[in-house]
Amino acid sequence: MSAADLNSAPPSARLYRWLAAVALASGLWVLAYSQLVPFADTLLGLLGLSRDKHLGEAVHFFLYDTPKVLLLLTGIVFLMGIVQTFFAPERTRALLAGRRVGVGNVLAASLGIVTPFCSCSAVPLFIGFLSAGVPLGVTFSFLISAPMVNEVALALLFGMFGWKVAALYLGLGLAVAIVAGLVIGQLGMEKHLEDWVRQIQNSQSAAHTGEHQDWVSRFEAGWSHVKSIVGKVWPYILGGIALGAGIHGYVPEDFMASFMGQDVWWAVPAAVLLGVPMYTNAAGIIPIVEALIGKGAALGTVLAFMMSVIALSAPEMIILRKALKPRLIAVFAGVVATGILVVGYVFNLVL
Amino acid sequence: MKNVKVLGTGCANCRNTMALIEEVARAKGAEISLEKVEDLPIIMSYGVMSTPGVVIDGQVVHAGGVPSRDKVEAWFIST
Repeated sequence: MSAADLNSAPPSARLYRWLAAVALASGLWVLAYSQLVPFADTLLGLLGLSRDKHLGEAVHFFLYDTPKVLLLLTGIVFLMGIVQTFFAPERTRALLAGRRVGVGNVLAASLGIVTPFCSCSAVPLFIGFLSAGVPLGVTFSFLISAPMVNEVALALLFGMFGWKVAALYLGLGLAVAIVAGLVIGQLGMEKHLEDWVRQIQNSQSAAHTGEHQDWVSRFEAGWSHVKSIVGKVWPYILGGIALGAGIHGYVPEDFMASFMGQDVWWAVPAAVLLGVPMYTNAAGIIPIVEALIGKGAALGTVLAFMMSVIALSAPEMIILRKALKPRLIAVFAGVVATGILVVGYVFNLVL
Repeated sequence: MKNVKVLGTGCANCRNTMALIEEVARAKGAEISLEKVEDLPIIMSYGVMSTPGVVIDGQVVHAGGVPSRDKVEAWFIST
């Protein structure tokens, strides 16, 4: 069923068509997800390859992981697209305005997961929050959590490492955002905002009268979220999985353990530093991460690298510079980097 | 003549929004003056938090993402 059919029908009929389409797609999704291994095995057989050989193992990895990751990503991105229609930035701001430090930080970090966010909007969002009286530390909790703990990262971690690792990433990502926001709030850094930002701080009311949305438009939002996100990241995913497959098939077991293993104390800080100048989305990096871990790299080190790539990017800091003085940016980067370091070491210690 | 401003700090979505508005306005034969606003204090003065935002004759009509073609067409329907 195409979007054009849906648009020409009356509203109630459109809703039923959406419900039918979603039910059908869910059924197909579950069926496809249950047949991943037979699918990869069959395709591999058709190609005349065997898993005994390096090439066969690499190709099998690719044939199994690609549909799995794309299925998971499509499903979760669709759901998140719908959830996000309930949390417009204006609504999130209204929820956060006037919150006390502490409760506010926890709420801000949690809302960061479900509020639509793009790093090009980071500064307007940041200032919009401040202008409505959201405390600086609470605003930072949101700003750290929003890009780092996002549905793409969680979907991919879940698909590749299972729910425990995804849950740990979620919990620790939130913890970093909450604690970093609390620390920045405690430091009283308001004077390191650019002057024009300070002038409009607390100047607006946070009243929010949301646009009324029916479920048809929520489903449509979910679908357009899928088109924009999956449409944008699939080449990264294919590239990442292909690279991952190469590492999986050819790099010897425990090769990575020698310099990314648990016993190497400097691996975590090195991973964080390496992550700062890199800027990619979670989608491109996770397949590589999986392959690295498969060869003996420690999970904490790899997750620290991932968080650093996503949360501490040089381009975002350059955008933030328009609203923040250098000292505040340095504090922001320092506090978040410290949080990620702790996460990396804790992961390595516990697992 | 409508005065249309696209608010945004220069991301890909802002450029796409500009192009879409230009195209639809031309197709509809609407006369507009299209302007891009990249200056943050000015963007913030409209109270827009998620870019790109669109302002027509001083009114914020859209914020947060590239508007749908239907929505853009509705803006130029009465001219």
